[in-house]
Amino acid sequence: MSGNQSYYVPESSIWPIVGSIGMLLLFFGFGTLLVNQSNGDPTTTAWVLFTVGALTLIYMIVGWLRDVINESRSGLYDAQMDRSFRQGMAWFIFSEVAFFAALFGALFYIRVFAVPWLGGEGAKGAANMLWEGFEAQWPLINNPDNSAFKGPDSVIGAWGLPLLNTVLLVTSSITLTLSHKALMHDKRKPAINWLALTVLLGVVFLFFQVEEYIEAYAHLNLTLDSGIYGSLFFLMTGFHGLHVLLGGIILSVILVRLIKGHFSSHDHFGYEAGAWYWHFVDVVWIILFIFVYVV
Amino acid sequence: MSAVADAHAVDHDHHGPAKGIARWLFTTNHKDIGTMYLVFSFTMFLVGGAMAMLIRAELFEPGMQLIQPAFYNQMTTMHGLIMVFGAVMPAFVGLANWMIPLMVGAPDMALPRLNNWSFWLLVTGSLILVSTLFMDGGAPNFGWTFYAPLSTTYGPDSTTFFIFAIHILGISSIMGAINVIATIINMRAPGMTFMKMPMFVWTWLITAFLLIAVLPVLAGVVTMMLMDIHFGTAFFDAAGGGDPVLFQHVFWFFGHPEVYIMILPAFGVISQIIPAFSRKPLFGYTSMVYAVAAIAILSFLVWAHHMFTVGIPIAGELFFMYATMIIAVPTGVKIFNWISTMFRGSLTFETPMLFAIGFVVLFTVGGLSGVMLAIAPADFQYHDTYFVVAHFHYVLIPGAIYGIFAAVYYWLPKWSGRMYSEALGKTHFWLSFIGLNVAFFPMHFVGLAGMPRRYVDYPVQFANFNMISSIGAFLFGISQLLLVYIVYRAIRSGNKAPARPWDGAEGLEWTVPSPAPYHTFEQPPKVD
Repeated sequence: MSGNQSYYVPESSIWPIVGSIGMLLLFFGFGTLLVNQSNGDPTTTAWVLFTVGALTLIYMIVGWLRDVINESRSGLYDAQMDRSFRQGMAWFIFSEVAFFAALFGALFYIRVFAVPWLGGEGAKGAANMLWEGFEAQWPLINNPDNSAFKGPDSVIGAWGLPLLNTVLLVTSSITLTLSHKALMHDKRKPAINWLALTVLLGVVFLFFQVEEYIEAYAHLNLTLDSGIYGSLFFLMTGFHGLHVLLGGIILSVILVRLIKGHFSSHDHFGYEAGAWYWHFVDVVWIILFIFVYVV
Repeated sequence: MSAVADAHAVDHDHHGPAKGIARWLFTTNHKDIGTMYLVFSFTMFLVGGAMAMLIRAELFEPGMQLIQPAFYNQMTTMHGLIMVFGAVMPAFVGLANWMIPLMVGAPDMALPRLNNWSFWLLVTGSLILVSTLFMDGGAPNFGWTFYAPLSTTYGPDSTTFFIFAIHILGISSIMGAINVIATIINMRAPGMTFMKMPMFVWTWLITAFLLIAVLPVLAGVVTMMLMDIHFGTAFFDAAGGGDPVLFQHVFWFFGHPEVYIMILPAFGVISQIIPAFSRKPLFGYTSMVYAVAAIAILSFLVWAHHMFTVGIPIAGELFFMYATMIIAVPTGVKIFNWISTMFRGSLTFETPMLFAIGFVVLFTVGGLSGVMLAIAPADFQYHDTYFVVAHFHYVLIPGAIYGIFAAVYYWLPKWSGRMYSEALGKTHFWLSFIGLNVAFFPMHFVGLAGMPRRYVDYPVQFANFNMISSIGAFLFGISQLLLVYIVYRAIRSGNKAPARPWDGAEGLEWTVPSPAPYHTFEQPPKVD
C-alpha cells in the first residue's frame, strides 16, 4: 500500500448527473410505455421519453469512458488506481453472479418443490386438490390450468442448437485466452486476430440464439406465456443473451483500443476486465446448458 | 471535458470546492457526497415519518377517522419502503462516505465519480418511488414486502414504477457498496492492517459484501414480478406451474440479509462510541470482528423464518428455527463485549453515549422478541400481529436509527467544526427514548392478544393500548424535529470544536482539524 501520493481523484464530473437524468427518463418512459400498453392508452410520449433516456445514457457511457481512457493514456493512474479498478470489476461480476444465482434458485425451487407439490407429492399434496389430476413432469408441457396458460407443444432439445452454441462459447473463451497470451508477449497482431475471432464467435452465438427463439415461438408454441417452463426458459436464456450482447460490445470496444495500441503486456486492465466478463458469461452458459437444456 | 487535458496540473494543486450548485451536482469529494447522503436520508426520514404519524393518527381510536382504507394501505407500504430504502440505508452510506476515508487514512473513496453517481441514482430512484403517490390508482398498497400475487395480479398501475424504482435504488446501493469495499481493501494507509481497522470500517466491509450479494436477488425478484404483470409469465401463478411462495423465498433471501445491512453499520458506530466515552479500548475486538462475520454468514441461512405459517415442510421449519436461534450467540457476544467495555470504565454520558447505551438496552429487547418469534410453533401465534411490528421497530429504531443519531452527535464536531448543545442533545435523547417505548412497547401486548397488523381499523378491546401507542409515536415524531434545530444551531452558533472534542476518542479521524479540510490524507498517514 504505497504510492497514495499519486492517487488520482478527479476534480468533478458531469457524467454521473447526466447518467442519472438518463436513467430517470429511460425508466419513466419504459414504465409509462408498459402501463399505457396494458391499458390501451397511446404510447407516443412514452416512446419519446424512453428513447431520449436511452440516448442520454449512451452519451453518458461514451463520455465517461472516454474521460477514463484519456486519463489512463495521459499517465494519471498508478498501480493503486489499477487495483481499485480491479476490485470494482471483480465485485461487479460478483453481483452478476448473485443475480444469476437468484434465477437458478428459482429454477431449482420450481423443479424440485413447487411442481412436484402441485402434482400431489409429499406432505403438501393437498395442493393437488386445486387442479385434480394434474401430473408433475419436467419440462412442464401440460400446465395445471391449460386454459389460463396454454402449455408448449414441446421444448428446445439440448443436442441441436444449444450444443452448437455451447461449443461456440467455450471456443470463444479459448480464443480469448490465446489473444491474452499473445498480448502478454506483446505480440499485437495475433492478439488482435484472436480477439476478433472471439467477438465473431459471440455474434454467431447470438445469431443462433435468435434462431432458437424464432423456432420456439413459430413452431413449438414455447412462449413467455406458456407457463412456468417458458417463463424460466426465456428469463434465464434471455438475461444470459443480454449479457453476451453486453460482453460482445465490451470486447468490440477493447478490440478497437487494441488496434489503436492502447494496451501493452504490463498495462491492459480494460482488456482484462472485458475478458473476466466474457469468461463469466461463458461459465453461466455452461451451468445454464446443463440445468435448463440437458437435465 | 477539458478538465482531462489539464487534470494533471490540477492533480497536485487541489483547491476548495466549486461554487454554487455545480459543487453538489458534479462533485467527486467524499465529504460533499457524504453530506448529501445524510441530508437526503434525513429528508426521507421526515417524509416516511409523516406517513407514520398519519397511520398512528388513524389508529388513535377504533373506527374510521381520517383516511380511506385504500390510502391507509398506501401509507403503511410507502412508510416501510421509504424508511428502508430512502432513510436508513442511505444514512449509513452517508456515514461511510464521510468516515471511512478519514478512518483508514485515504485521500477519498476509491472510485469518486461512481460515488457521485450512486448518490444521484438514489435521488432518481426515490423520485420515482415517491411519484407513485400521485399516480392514477394510487401508490403501491401491498405492504413493503410486496408479496405476490397481491402485488402482481392485484397491484395498482404504479407497481411498474415501483419496480423500476427498486431497480435504480438497487443499482445505486450496489455501486456504493463496491466503492466501500474497494476503498477498504485498497486505500488503507500504510500500517493500517485489517485487524487494526476501526470496528465501523469492519462492519461496513461486511455490510458492503452483503449488499452486493443480495441486492441482485431483489432485482431478480422484482424482474420476475414485472414479467408476470406485463409479459404473461407464470412465476408466481400456480395455474401455470409457478408458485406464489417462490416470491416469498426469493424476497426473503434478499430480505433477511437486508435487515442486517441496516444494523451492522450501527454495531460499528456503537463500537466506536462506547470505548470513547468509557475511556477504555473496545473489549474483545477480535471476537467482535468474528461475531459480525458470523452474523453475516448466518443471515443467508435463516430467510424462511419469515414464512413459518406459509406451509413449508416440517424439516424446513426446524432448520430455519434452529439456524435463527444460533444468531443470538454472536449477537450475545457483541452485547457482552459492549457491556464489558463499559465495566470499570471512566464513563461520561454525553449525547452520543446516551444513544449508544439506549441502543444496547433497547436493541436487546428487540433481539429477545426476535428469539421468541424464531420459535416456529410460537410464531404461528405471533405471525402478522402487532407483536412483529413491535419486534422490528425495536430493532430498527433503537438499532439502526439510534446508531445513526449517535454517529451524528459523535462526528458532527468533525464535520461542521462546531459543538452541538449538550442540553438540547440530551433532551432529544430522552424525548426519543420515552416516545419510542410508549409507542412500541404496548404493541407487544396487543400483538400477543391477537391484533393483526396492516389493518385500518381494530376491535374496541385494543383501544387503550393503541391510543397510548399513538401518543408515544407523536412524541417520538415531534422530537425528531428537534434534531434539525440542534444541527442548525450547532452550525450557526455552536462553540468551535477542537480536533478531538472527545477526550477518550481514538482513531485517525481525530488527527485532522475540525472541521475536516476539504481534502485530507493526500499524503497517507503512518499507522503504528
